[in-house]
Amino acid sequence: MNIQVSPSPIPNSREASLSNGLLNKDAYLSGLVDIVSTTKSEGWLQELKDNAANWVRHSKLPTKNDEEWRFTDLSALRQFDFNVETKNFVSPDSAPFTAISDTRLVFVNGVFVKELSAIANLPEGVVVSNLAGLPNLDGELVKEYLAQAEGAKEVFTALNTAAIDDVALIWLSRNAVVETPIHLVFITAGDRIITQPRCLVVAKKGSEVTLVEEFINYASPEKEQQEVYLNNTVTEIWVEENAGVNHTRVERDSIDAFHIGKTAVTQARNSRYTCNAISLGGRLSRHNLEILQTGEQTETTLNGLTIISGNQLADTHSALALNYPYSSSKQLQKNIVGDKAHGVFNGKIFVPKPAQLTDASQLNRNLLLSPQARVDTKPQLEITADNVKCAHGATVSQLEDDEIFYLQSRGIDENNSRHLLINAFAAEIINNIPVPSLRQNLTQIVNKFS
Amino acid sequence: MIVENSKVVLSVKDLTANVDGNQILKGVNLEVRAGEIHAIMGPNGSGKSTFSKVLAGHPAYEVTGGEVVFQGGNLLEMEPEERARSGVFLAFQYPLEIPGVSNLDFLRVAYNSRRKAQGLEEIDTFDFDDLVEEKLEVVKMDSAFLSRSLNEGFSGGEKKRNEILQMALLEPDLAILDETDSGLDIDALKIVANGVNQLTSPENATIMITHYQRLLNYIVPDYVHVMAKGRIIKSGGKELALELESRGYDWILESAGVEVGV
Repeated sequence: MNIQVSPSPIPNSREASLSNGLLNKDAYLSGLVDIVSTTKSEGWLQELKDNAANWVRHSKLPTKNDEEWRFTDLSALRQFDFNVETKNFVSPDSAPFTAISDTRLVFVNGVFVKELSAIANLPEGVVVSNLAGLPNLDGELVKEYLAQAEGAKEVFTALNTAAIDDVALIWLSRNAVVETPIHLVFITAGDRIITQPRCLVVAKKGSEVTLVEEFINYASPEKEQQEVYLNNTVTEIWVEENAGVNHTRVERDSIDAFHIGKTAVTQARNSRYTCNAISLGGRLSRHNLEILQTGEQTETTLNGLTIISGNQLADTHSALALNYPYSSSKQLQKNIVGDKAHGVFNGKIFVPKPAQLTDASQLNRNLLLSPQARVDTKPQLEITADNVKCAHGATVSQLEDDEIFYLQSRGIDENNSRHLLINAFAAEIINNIPVPSLRQNLTQIVNKFS
Repeated sequence: MIVENSKVVLSVKDLTANVDGNQILKGVNLEVRAGEIHAIMGPNGSGKSTFSKVLAGHPAYEVTGGEVVFQGGNLLEMEPEERARSGVFLAFQYPLEIPGVSNLDFLRVAYNSRRKAQGLEEIDTFDFDDLVEEKLEVVKMDSAFLSRSLNEGFSGGEKKRNEILQMALLEPDLAILDETDSGLDIDALKIVANGVNQLTSPENATIMITHYQRLLNYIVPDYVHVMAKGRIIKSGGKELALELESRGYDWILESAGVEVGV
């Protein structure tokens, strides 16, 4: 069968016009590139970095005039100057994460910390390491994948690429199956700093892995104020033919931090990918989740839970391209928004002509806990195939007085009734996470909320 | 059953209440003693359901006058959850569906909050599982219902049975059944009525609010009250229900001087 696929609809995947960029150089952005791109790497990697740095120097930070950033105003970012910090303030006794597995990579401010990490009992053909810790690795292997996903020429992704120093690398050879979850912990410690975690996952044909990524703030005990920093993360995941990746992403950055995260997934035929994305921290957090299906009968499941309060803004932008027949996708994004917080959801699903007999569903449900809380939601299905099953929807609701009264009338006080209902709303997502201890942690976080 | 000299469980005097500024209850008087089953009947809009919600403490209903004494204490001063813990139980006309809350967890939390109020120790998951299994018998429910979300996707009959299951666990001193029979087919009605009959005792009291006489064939009341325009206008024995069934409400409303057909 010969199937023509239209150009990838993943946003920002096309080259920006350089001439246009040259005329309107963004000094703030160029300043950021200069600060981050100081480390030298060998041959091919340096070339990759230089190209990305050049591209960023000719780009601009998005503004609210850009359709993709309509509700998420980055102008506050410009009030801060950020520096690179490579010192490690985190001792093993005060590590701000719970060990959920005996296979763990920990990075503090982008630097791999061996003392906090652990690697145990990996099956043959599986590599879990920081890239710099593999001096004998054939660069050609990694070169094929690193920064090669669709959408690489997006300003924040390119900014990250421009500064690649070390990479969290997970490599599964053909048919390798890892039974225990692999835990990746990216800690940011410090004020007015920029950190750019980078992760590359390659799951070769028939392999299978469960992956947990956590983005955490370590606030030094002496500091009373929350720390302002920019955490710009990029994770590329390659799920090759008939492979399966179950990915949980937990963002728990400082309440005053900026978090811009990219998860770029490329799925080959007959592969399975599940994402459970939990967003909790950040004054402004944005998760760009981009999935490109490149073969038939590919399965994608996207679960998302955002819990924000105060003046937080959390934005989930997903783009999913189902390009081949017999594929399926299921997406459920839930937002719990309190105080004056602002939740944003934009979910694009593309079902072009060749993608016949696909089944795509998308639902965004929002629970607003205060009259000042706000949600902007935009489910967006673009379907040109004619024999498909597609459904989408969005709901916005509050805790109902009648629901609370029903629970009260059974002896549960008002406060606990509210907790029970909020918990129930969150549980639908949390219960999908395949790591029991992480489920418990998150349930506790939800319990403390409201 | 009517028990000589049994203690008063509930005493309602001149109760008035508003919803959204409209007066719905216009002076309700009722005394219920331990062991008794009272039926409150009446046409739609007479204030029956409002009365039940006021007793349970629904925040949308504003009490404007009168008093309600439950087991010697002022019921109106208590929060809804305190009322429940001290032994008031309202079986809802329309039980709510709460996705994500497992029926079993909900029952356990409710049960333990009642235990705590009674000064008893909370019981653990395993003991509770045994207890629930036993109580499921009362309403002939399958244990598969326990692992489902609270009332989510339950049929009308299943929801009502789930209400009676909650009642069986909480062992209230005063159970108020709000239209528990409405919408049930005869098989479900028999199961629900049979469940309620197993739970009544000389120590507790039951108020049934119903539109239909049919329920009273299966749960036989000691007293029947007719409510209209926010007041109880006539009280009698169980034979009053039969008379209502054959003659309708109009004759009572007329003899009580209530305008008919409004």
